Amino acid sequence: MSASSAFSDEKGGSASEPEYGHDPASGGIFSSDYKRHDDLKEMLDSNKDSLKLEAMKRIVAMIARGKNASDLFPAVVKNVACKNIEVKKLVYVYLVRYAEEQQDLALLSISTFQRGLKDPNQLIRASALRVLSSIRVTIIVPIMMLAIKEAASDMSPYVRKTAAHAIPKLHSLDPEQKDQLIEVIEKLLADKTTLVAGSVVMAFEEVCPDRIDLIHKNYRKLCNLLIDVEEWGQVVIINMLTRYARTQFLNPNINESLLEESSDKAFYASDDEEDEDKKAEVATLAKRKPYVMDPDHRLLLRNTKPLLQSRNAAVVMAVAQLYFHLAPKAEVGIIAKALVRLMRSHSEVQYVVLQNVATMTIKRRGMFEPYLKSFYIRSTDPTQIKILKLEVLTNLANETNISTILREFQTYIKSMDKDFVAASIQAIGRCATNIGEVRDTCLNGLVQLLSNRDELVVAESVVVIKKLLQMQPEQHSDIIKHMAKLIDNIQVPMARASILWLIGEYCEHVPKIAPDVLRKMAKTFNNEEDIVKLQIINLAAKLYLTNSKQTKLLTQYVLNLAKYDQNYDIRDRARFIRQLIVPTDKSGALNKYAKKLFLALKPAPILESPFKDRDHFQLGSLSHLLNAKAGGYQELPDWPESAPDPSVRNVEIPEWSKCTSRKDRKEKKVEKPFYSDSEGESGPTESADSESDTGSGSESASASDESGSGSESEESGEETESEEEEEDEEKEKKRKKRLDKTKAKKPAEESAESEQSSGTEDRKRGRKAVKNQKSASESESESESSESEDESEEEESEEESESDTDIRKKKTPVSKQPPKQSKKESKKETQEMSLLDLDDFEPAPASAPVTPVNFLSSSLVSDLEGLSLTDTILAPTTIAPSGLIKMYELLHRITGEGLAVEYCFSRQPFSPEPNMVAVQIQFTNNTNSETKNLHIEEPRMQSGMRIREFAEIDMLAAGESVTVVMGIDFCDSTQAANFQLCTHTRKFFVSIQPPVGELMTPAFLTENDFKKEQGKLMGMNEISEKLTLGEKCVNEHVIVERVTATANLSRVPCGSDKECRFAGKTVSSGCLVLVTVTTKEGGAAQLTVNCEKMVIGTMLVKDMMQALSQ
Amino acid sequence: MIHSLFLVNASGDIFLEKHWKSVVSRSVCDYFFEALERATEPENVPPVIPTPHHYLINVLRHRIYFVAVIQSEVPPLFVIEFLHRVVDTFQDYFGVCTEAAIKDNVVVVYELLEEMLDNGFPLATESNILKELIKPPTILRTVVNTITGSTNVGEQLPTGQLSVVPWRRTGVKYTNNEAYFDVVEEIDAIIDKSGSTITAEIQGVIDACVKLTGMPDLTLSFMNPRLLDDVSFHPCVRFKRWEAERILSFIPPDGNFRLLSYHVSSQNLVAIPVYVKHNISFREGSSQGRFELTLGPKQTMGKAVESVLVSSQLPRGVLNANLNASQGTYTFDPVTKLLSWDVGKINPQKLPSLKGTMSLQAGASKPDENPTINIQFKIQQLAISGLKVNRLDMYGEKYKPFKGIKYMTKAGKFQVRT
Repeated sequence: MSASSAFSDEKGGSASEPEYGHDPASGGIFSSDYKRHDDLKEMLDSNKDSLKLEAMKRIVAMIARGKNASDLFPAVVKNVACKNIEVKKLVYVYLVRYAEEQQDLALLSISTFQRGLKDPNQLIRASALRVLSSIRVTIIVPIMMLAIKEAASDMSPYVRKTAAHAIPKLHSLDPEQKDQLIEVIEKLLADKTTLVAGSVVMAFEEVCPDRIDLIHKNYRKLCNLLIDVEEWGQVVIINMLTRYARTQFLNPNINESLLEESSDKAFYASDDEEDEDKKAEVATLAKRKPYVMDPDHRLLLRNTKPLLQSRNAAVVMAVAQLYFHLAPKAEVGIIAKALVRLMRSHSEVQYVVLQNVATMTIKRRGMFEPYLKSFYIRSTDPTQIKILKLEVLTNLANETNISTILREFQTYIKSMDKDFVAASIQAIGRCATNIGEVRDTCLNGLVQLLSNRDELVVAESVVVIKKLLQMQPEQHSDIIKHMAKLIDNIQVPMARASILWLIGEYCEHVPKIAPDVLRKMAKTFNNEEDIVKLQIINLAAKLYLTNSKQTKLLTQYVLNLAKYDQNYDIRDRARFIRQLIVPTDKSGALNKYAKKLFLALKPAPILESPFKDRDHFQLGSLSHLLNAKAGGYQELPDWPESAPDPSVRNVEIPEWSKCTSRKDRKEKKVEKPFYSDSEGESGPTESADSESDTGSGSESASASDESGSGSESEESGEETESEEEEEDEEKEKKRKKRLDKTKAKKPAEESAESEQSSGTEDRKRGRKAVKNQKSASESESESESSESEDESEEEESEEESESDTDIRKKKTPVSKQPPKQSKKESKKETQEMSLLDLDDFEPAPASAPVTPVNFLSSSLVSDLEGLSLTDTILAPTTIAPSGLIKMYELLHRITGEGLAVEYCFSRQPFSPEPNMVAVQIQFTNNTNSETKNLHIEEPRMQSGMRIREFAEIDMLAAGESVTVVMGIDFCDSTQAANFQLCTHTRKFFVSIQPPVGELMTPAFLTENDFKKEQGKLMGMNEISEKLTLGEKCVNEHVIVERVTATANLSRVPCGSDKECRFAGKTVSSGCLVLVTVTTKEGGAAQLTVNCEKMVIGTMLVKDMMQALSQ
Repeated sequence: MIHSLFLVNASGDIFLEKHWKSVVSRSVCDYFFEALERATEPENVPPVIPTPHHYLINVLRHRIYFVAVIQSEVPPLFVIEFLHRVVDTFQDYFGVCTEAAIKDNVVVVYELLEEMLDNGFPLATESNILKELIKPPTILRTVVNTITGSTNVGEQLPTGQLSVVPWRRTGVKYTNNEAYFDVVEEIDAIIDKSGSTITAEIQGVIDACVKLTGMPDLTLSFMNPRLLDDVSFHPCVRFKRWEAERILSFIPPDGNFRLLSYHVSSQNLVAIPVYVKHNISFREGSSQGRFELTLGPKQTMGKAVESVLVSSQLPRGVLNANLNASQGTYTFDPVTKLLSWDVGKINPQKLPSLKGTMSLQAGASKPDENPTINIQFKIQQLAISGLKVNRLDMYGEKYKPFKGIKYMTKAGKFQVRT
């Protein structure tokens, strides 16, 4: 760089010449080179685009070859506003490369980009920002800052993404902007699009990786978006979340060792409390189990798991390291398969993966054991891969597989690759030290290798044998003798040194040979390598101490030789030893201890893997690979002792209601998760192919709240925008304004207006207009009840899921019908996802009737918790009460002394026991002190009825509320379930009596099935009543809504518009319940209920009559 | 992240450099050259080389080293994977990724690199998006461009980047709508001296060539999806659907892409389609060695074994080999000691064999290592694991596409120890 900046003066032609002169490829005489630059300038100045292009191409080729083209700067920068796109792009390339060197001239181009930033086309805005931020000129920092800030709140997610990319650029240019940039990062982190997520986290990692607090609020969102983020972003996010999780959650393996202990305890505990029933016992056990995984922790693990299937090795590795560092021991195993798969990839990928596998195998050997054979070595592997595989194989060796591994090692020793052979011998040595059973076998094998022709093999064997012998020297004096003979032949210094050390150390085992070896060595002393010399001195000293009669003279001879050695280490050693062993009058007390000093029992060396303890580096990181901290490496923090407050991750309502505002809605549209979303089937199709818009209907229905009708049509407008990028923005804005206005107007009016618009959008909107009309008529009749509207929406989406309903055909001119089954499937998914996905969760808060903030966040937590405990018990899920569900009071605030308890029938299947009715109970603590140990006692039930209690609530802080789910098997009767609700101070008698309609679950039947079943339930099982419909029951829609509100039934498609059919089954016994409402002229109607259980039928008819005639 | 990229050819010359941040002097590559010198084989250069101020991460493809310079902590696989993606893109654009091709298209290369990374962070790596931005050079286009003066850079702004299906561009049109899928399985095996299998695995991929108009939504189902033990998908595949129903449901990218790669569970016994009878021996004291090799088919499900190629690295002591092939031709390179035998198709009636003598260095002791034999082969119309595609359906478009599925089995790393 310094070299090139030296040439940076404006008329740098002459200065740059020498550089060309050096390069033979430029093939030039200096002057012609100079001329060529002149003709390039001429070409750039011409009017013809083709000439300019040709010139730019040649300039770029020069840059690519690393030649200096900076003297052309003025000529090039003039073309920054060129019309030709390719010329423009190449000018950008040039500009970014040389702007740093020619700061003043670079400023000339800035105005072009500033203009670009205001362009109506998002792609032009983005590319202007991209180039502007790439120009490393300090003067424009304020301009860049402004541009980034503006772009961060741009309409287009693509521009926002570019803004995120620009942040690290500006930060590296001027670190003083950090604080302002952090603000922008904070803002962009809140962005809900997948496009932005990866880039902003990357910016976060570069600018302020320690500001973990910025992540809290976005944590869940990031987890949920993760699967749809582009692959490079995924890597960055996963790595960041690993660090985050390490600071926020508890170590899931913390009580691994305690686990057995605690189960023991539980066993004894149950002995003490024999009188307690079994359930209580289970409860105590659960309570004692000290570790409960934070639902957010679980969320992260669950959402990253599918990414193990990614085609991108970096993503797989990122997930693998996340699991390794964060998952409970039992779950880490799943990453092994994916990592083994990566070993099929390019050798560089293999290299990195094997390094990480080697570290993992030290800690978690078990998980790779099944894949042992995948680590077998092929002769075609590069040496570095072979050695790593060997490392892994050695780590995996245990008593059971050692024989196969050793057999495999034997073939490796015959390899032609000598480095690899040496490594194999070391590996054998390590196996032998680790596994006592095979030590003798290994030793014998290694001794055989001593007669190998290859010196390297022999030397390596000697070194390894030396280490092994140290463990049990007594039994192996013959091996030592054998090795002593080898000293004549082996030339490798390390091996010679090892043999000498062995003989010296165990000279008492080979008393006759040792002095002779010393004699030989004394002869060759001068020609030995330094390490050998040191060992000769050692040997001499030890022999002097044990056998001074024979070796005194030899020792002195050796020490004299060493005294004049060239190496000062050897001279020092000789002097030191002489003082120590040869008694003189001056030598002090040490002399007496010489024998102890030299012949002390030495501990056998532990042959360790070089990968031991590497796991304190985050796996998959550069630092881990190098086993040294790389610049910018963020330490992986240790687990906290106690978990920090998990509520920091709760997202408050205001933010959610915000996200129904125009812009975020739009984002949601763009982001539309691909895999995880219910829209998987139709989503992408729809965005590209505007004709078939089947998905958005159901989506907007589920996502809309009270203002739904307004925002719906708006959304469709948004959608077209994202499709038709080139569309003029002005026009768009106008349209939006118009839409805003219409939002205020009555939906009916709006629908009329929207019909005026044209194009494909029209059709879509038209369809919605029909819907709006409906909901409008409804909201007129029922004074602004969000409940009913919500329900109707839901109803509608249900209808839509049955793609063959004729209602829908009439309503919507749909050109494409997706496969029915998959549609249903996706519908189901929506329900599941809505519990997880914050975005989908949206409608709930708006209609939540009680203390929205607290209720919502806590219920969300418990949702997540419920879903996370997949492997243990299926905890029941709580749902946020939508307007449709009626709340009943279980305990009034006053009778409960401040504890208010409400319950509702959530109509969700109770997962632990399908034949129970799920009852969702909400506790609200209105006192000033906390309530503890909320649980159920003494259920008094009718025979056959059963109850499944919720897990005890340890504590409910003042002002908080919590929601739990319990299951009750009512045996298909409307008898009340009585029980005591206990707190740590009081007990309350309460009872839950179900309305008959709640004793059933929806059954999905086709029209034909319905008729068939109805035919079976005639006679006594059929109850038919005539009734007059209430004033408000003006259309079929209201009827549907009333019926489903009364009973938990599902609509059955029906050919006639005079009839509405519903089906369900009783929860406990699964008897079919079929309901038919036939409307007649003048508000008259007939209600028919077919059910095997006559009691239920009768009661249901009664309830229905009441509901419909109101 | 990635600071700079240097392309180094086999003879150690830097022939292209690209910087995304400040310029890093090319002298940083000296550390790389040192490592290159130290390595005995070209593939033995460590992928990550630390230098005092930078880290060099390199990959070797097509005898070109792609050396990325990074300055601070970044997952090494991130860089490696990206570099491979760069190579794949070049290959996609120029057909081959050679020094000559890169030099000829240096401007396109530069434009591509510019789009692929922004400030060292990957921006657009999907080939579909890139192709929208920069059109691949073809002879026809070059001719047209010179006549009309138009360019390789897309006039249209790339909308693909904004799409929810970034891998597919909009407005694709074909007159013949066709979708071809190749199920290619590779057998990795190590066979020991006595002919028994030490380890054998099947790795498969499904490569697709989809040329369909509009936005088709495809589903592909298998007769026996349980066979697939470990899979990795192209991002277009809907993971949920696979988890739930074992059906591949996706909106395909346009053109060639790898839909899926999979591993067949190791519990299943792998059928080994060929066997090798060998006798390679050296006698002590003699300067001759015997070499005998016979190949034969085994468990091929009645299909022919084709394009068989045998190669073996003979010990260093072998000076020359004087062999006789009953079929095909053999070559022996006395410098690298590499013996390769192009067998062709195996005829079960007349098994191909290679017999003869090897001459050893006079006076040298007999080599104590035995060479391993690497075998390559192909079997058409057979997926050795037994995987079968059940059906392929298209939704979302009205026309009837032409569909085709081809099976093939190949040898992967198929090695016989002697």
